[in-house]
Amino acid sequence: MSEHIVIVGAGHAGGTLAVQLARAKDRFRITLIGEEAWPPYERPPLSKQFLMGDVPLEKTFLRPETFYADKGIDLRLGTQVTAIDRTARSLTLSGGETLSYDKLALCTGTRVREIPVVGRDLPGVHYIRTIDDTQAIRTVAREGAKVVIAGGGYIGLEAAAALRKMGCEVTVIEMMDRVMARAVAEPVSRFYEAAHRAEGVNLLLETGVAEIGGTDRATHVVDSHGHLHPADLVLVGIGVVPVVELAEAAGLATDDGIIVDSRARTSDPDIFAAGDCTRHPNRILGRDVRLESVQNAVDQARCIANELSDKGADYAEVPWFWSDQFDLKMQMAGLPAPDDQVVVRGEPSTRSFSVFYLRDGRVTGVNAINVGSDYVRGRKWIGEGRDVDSVRLANTEIPIKEV
Amino acid sequence: MPVIHITNRAGTETTLEAESGISVMENLRDNDYEVDAICGGSCACATCHVYIDAAWQSKLAPPEPDEQGLVEDEPTFKPTSRLSCQIEMTDALDGLKLTIAPEA
Repeated sequence: MSEHIVIVGAGHAGGTLAVQLARAKDRFRITLIGEEAWPPYERPPLSKQFLMGDVPLEKTFLRPETFYADKGIDLRLGTQVTAIDRTARSLTLSGGETLSYDKLALCTGTRVREIPVVGRDLPGVHYIRTIDDTQAIRTVAREGAKVVIAGGGYIGLEAAAALRKMGCEVTVIEMMDRVMARAVAEPVSRFYEAAHRAEGVNLLLETGVAEIGGTDRATHVVDSHGHLHPADLVLVGIGVVPVVELAEAAGLATDDGIIVDSRARTSDPDIFAAGDCTRHPNRILGRDVRLESVQNAVDQARCIANELSDKGADYAEVPWFWSDQFDLKMQMAGLPAPDDQVVVRGEPSTRSFSVFYLRDGRVTGVNAINVGSDYVRGRKWIGEGRDVDSVRLANTEIPIKEV
Repeated sequence: MPVIHITNRAGTETTLEAESGISVMENLRDNDYEVDAICGGSCACATCHVYIDAAWQSKLAPPEPDEQGLVEDEPTFKPTSRLSCQIEMTDALDGLKLTIAPEA
């Protein structure tokens, strides 16, 4: 008798979990439910290669569309789950159908944080979260189009870089005094600010969006200093919030994310959760975190697959991330604290350097720009909790392996 | 169709009818061989790591520095290591032989 595993959310976590479980298809019957019309796909290209039109739609799919049926996975797209009945172990779907489960996995991800200003609902205001978003942006983002981007984080800056390459006139409006301020140290922010300005991006710091103007559609943005920026397109990339309503309504423990343990189990033994929507303990970091990353989505999904296959092991991965902007490939690992020591290795003007983060001599993070070996080494050190001499680390005459 | 001879992590060898014009990684991933390819082929991770059979080494374009930097620091690195996302499958690679690297 196979166990019915229902996965709610067909993003990177949900898709990965289905793929993993399908390898033991005699053991599991798998239903994968997604709200969007598309099979599981990669979101990172939405603000990069897919935005630029460098990769076709199907290239973003985690697996070919036919894969799911071939593997016996019941993929239900365009479907919402409206309620969980934990006692009956069943779900209510948007069409009114009831679906029972033996084990449930919530991979509900995040939704975009909406910009709370006048004009936010005008046509021409877009977020970058889904294939549909990026396709809509692509219809307007022609050469010479004026684009105003609210938010100088990864998404905003990646989109800015892609749109500049497409010949758009791009303005980025960032509230903080530096870009990517939540994620990277000041030398990295300053380097990226200079890189964007050199590519012709009009980058405004310590500036907010006061209003999006226009009658039938957005035509301009008024910033917090009262300046008006004409816009054919307004993009908003000011963060995301975890989708926890379904879990909350079912009485599962949440706290800015669905709370899970080191095996991705929620407060209900029959319900697991993975990906951006979870708050989970990470032994390497020594604290609970909620991560917005492909790596965590995949690794936590694997954690569930292992647990369901009696190969369970505690989740303990060094978080890692990447961001492509222009010709700059930034690879990041760890989750450094804002007051960690910052060590710059290499010369930013060469467009190939790294920044390490240390706490009491231990490596807590690395941002490597166009220098893959520093990233790999840094990630390893973070996992090992290794002490590193900051003077040797800053000396590029010492190969990274010998630091 | 060109074929790829693949040894999986369990040591079992199978032959895959491959598609030209896409990467070796996409061929492996789409046919459920054990490569995660977490970054989707943008050469940002090393989760599509394979060992290329010695006889095929010279038939491949050498790795770019970013691929080399990533793969050579993998604990499972060997001189025959490559990231399969960086190898485009072509008809000329018909018969390519590779082994999926163990999980790092």
